[in-house]
Amino acid sequence: MTKPHEQLAQAAVPLSALPDGARARLVRVEAGHGLRARLTAMGLAPGAEVQVVANRGGGPFVVAVHGTRIVLGRGMAHKVYVVSEEPRGGAAPGEAAG
Amino acid sequence: MDPNEPPDAHPCDADHAQAKARLTVALVGNPNTGKTTIFNNLTGARQHVGNYPGVTVELKEGVRVHGGRRLKIVDLPGTYSLTAYSEDELVARDFVIDAHPDVIVHVVDASNLERNLYLAVQLLELGVPLVVALNMSDVAAERGYAIDLGKLSALLGDVPLVRTVGHRNEGTEDLLDAVVAVGTGVHPVRRVPVSHGREVDEEVAKLAGLLEADAPLLAPRETPWIALKLLEGDGRVRQRVQERCAQGAAVLAAAEASVRHLEGLFGDGPEVVIADRRYGFISGACQEAVRRTIESRHEMSDRVDAILTHPVLGLPIFLGLMYAVFWATFRLGEWPMRGIEMGFKHLGALVAGLWAPGASSAIKSLLVDGVIGGVGGVVVFLPSILILFLAIAVLEDSGYMARAAFIMDRWMHKIGLHGKSFIPMLIGFGCTVPAIMATRVLESRRDRLVTMLILPLMSCGARLTIYAMLIPAFFPAAWRGPVLWCIYLVGIVAAVALAKVLRLTLFRGEATPFVMELPPYRMPTLRSLLIHAWDRGWLYLRKAGTLILAVSVCMWALTSYPKPPADAAAGVSEGARRAAELEYSVAGRLGQALEPVMRPLGFDWRINTALVGAFAAKEVFVAQMGIVFSLGGEETADGGESLDPLRRRLSETYTPLQGLSIMLFCLLGFPCMATVAVMRSESGTWRWALLQWAGLAVLAYGVSLAVYQAGLGLGLGGG
Repeated sequence: MTKPHEQLAQAAVPLSALPDGARARLVRVEAGHGLRARLTAMGLAPGAEVQVVANRGGGPFVVAVHGTRIVLGRGMAHKVYVVSEEPRGGAAPGEAAG
Repeated sequence: MDPNEPPDAHPCDADHAQAKARLTVALVGNPNTGKTTIFNNLTGARQHVGNYPGVTVELKEGVRVHGGRRLKIVDLPGTYSLTAYSEDELVARDFVIDAHPDVIVHVVDASNLERNLYLAVQLLELGVPLVVALNMSDVAAERGYAIDLGKLSALLGDVPLVRTVGHRNEGTEDLLDAVVAVGTGVHPVRRVPVSHGREVDEEVAKLAGLLEADAPLLAPRETPWIALKLLEGDGRVRQRVQERCAQGAAVLAAAEASVRHLEGLFGDGPEVVIADRRYGFISGACQEAVRRTIESRHEMSDRVDAILTHPVLGLPIFLGLMYAVFWATFRLGEWPMRGIEMGFKHLGALVAGLWAPGASSAIKSLLVDGVIGGVGGVVVFLPSILILFLAIAVLEDSGYMARAAFIMDRWMHKIGLHGKSFIPMLIGFGCTVPAIMATRVLESRRDRLVTMLILPLMSCGARLTIYAMLIPAFFPAAWRGPVLWCIYLVGIVAAVALAKVLRLTLFRGEATPFVMELPPYRMPTLRSLLIHAWDRGWLYLRKAGTLILAVSVCMWALTSYPKPPADAAAGVSEGARRAAELEYSVAGRLGQALEPVMRPLGFDWRINTALVGAFAAKEVFVAQMGIVFSLGGEETADGGESLDPLRRRLSETYTPLQGLSIMLFCLLGFPCMATVAVMRSESGTWRWALLQWAGLAVLAYGVSLAVYQAGLGLGLGGG
């Protein structure tokens, strides 16, 4: 069985590496169990389309997902891996695992 | 058998009889979905704080009669998921699972359907009687979402969906209709099997089978859900299975085997796969039932944020807003405070008038000095506190509070906390008690304890009365503002230092990750602001009516007994007599006994005696000083000028250096009894409450000692 996340993982970069306005698709979150569940429930799950709203050196990080704004500490933003994506029609999140 | 056993001792019969007439309705939903507004719409002003067995925090509940049923509506803390992460979420989830409410109303932000339905899917998995309120449907329509209710409801297993607009009170009646229909069984609850994919479903069925075979304590409808939670690795559910199931260990071992099996299959933990399937299910449902007519839209909130959270402008704007809040609290509060003060004075005079003039009666003294004086001294701050809470409610409801946490995050990191700890600290300037309760939003217990421990250093409103009395007594007008500002600053610096020390000693370890939603800006509604402010104000009043009443009576006894021999009071004025009485009383003796210890701080027995009172509530200090200097009671019944003679006496007796030492001691020193009590209940043990009390006492002593002795050394003692 092929694992779609794995293929994407090749080009994955931490969210914190993206500039303001960049769009990306989330591939994995490297965090403890509880935090990962929380991020998932807030919409930051593998497959989700995200957009960087504010990325300022040093301070916390704002990301848009499913139409909400979520603040991540800088440490967190290093642990969320995404693949950069050009704005396009966008498949629905979750489709990848079908 | 106890013959006095209450009639509802047979739970089955009672339950059956009540099932039709009374329904318990729980409100759940993500934070920032307008859940509380819906709650206010449903219950109106008929709300109170209820206590539930097994739930340590207080939940708000209200009653509404609709369709002949009495609905008890409970507002649960906002939660993103049934896998609880913070203490708040745990409360919500435990209530949903353990209290078996008759109906659960899930309030959903219709303009952000996919994320919000994640919780709905989990509720469907649990198979509870559910009604979904699609709140903010006006915003959803504005953003171009067209939601086909019939289709979406069908996809979610015929769950009733109701469109609401909370801030315009729209859809409330429809929502109540749906609640009653589900609660009375008119609308049957259909359990939709949410598939998580064949492989996961198989493991769920396997584990559910094991659970069912073994555990008589678990309801059969719960077992698939428990099995799913075991696969997700939910710590609380694991613990429960271990405790309640005879074969708990075997079930957990089987669950672990299933987890490994799925990990091998998917290359990811089952919780990731399950979450994926849930979002897949939601996304499928939304594609069917939601049409988007407008592609994208400029977010107003983003534009406002560009200014309010600007890297350079953000902080000055925030500080300016804080200044405005404190200005409003103290300036606008002055007038009604004067009114309340007069009211209590008249009440005291009225009660005193029931006795013959000049007659001394223990009961009269208890009522006038103890009860009316003590409670009045606290209630007088209600206007200030209401204004402060109103301002905080505006900041919260408009969405600015989250931005404040965001702006402060960078600085809070330097002391090992993160931005969210800042919100309770802000509330702490009003009153430490609600501030400690506000720490519930912090996910990690370590962060929560550190924040709670430093909160009393944020100078609360009650302490302001002490400064307000002392500063004009010792400092020329031009210095007063800066001195007050310095006092607050010392508190903040001490809090920062203490947090740093705690993080390096008792609470070592990496900073917890910071995750928080930035809700869109919203215009707060007057109704929700008033309810919000009143809730907290009421908490304060209740404290005045119970704890402070009790303490006032104790303090009155301590300062009135034992009475000096009658002949000592002969031929002196009323004021001098009272001062002599106080000196002779338990509190007076305590103050004198403490003199050797407190003298290096510049305190004499009179200050010590007043400090004994300040332990009950900081504002009592002012009243006690008045009595010690024999200025209490009738002699000063000349309205707003009443503090001036006291200030004159203070400036004659003490130096400005001593005044400063007193203020520092009151700022840093022992938190009031209400704080100790709430610290005990929120931290769960006496240990932290007592440690905090003792630690702050040592800190206050040390700082006051250092300042006073250094001042003397510099020759400032003569001031």
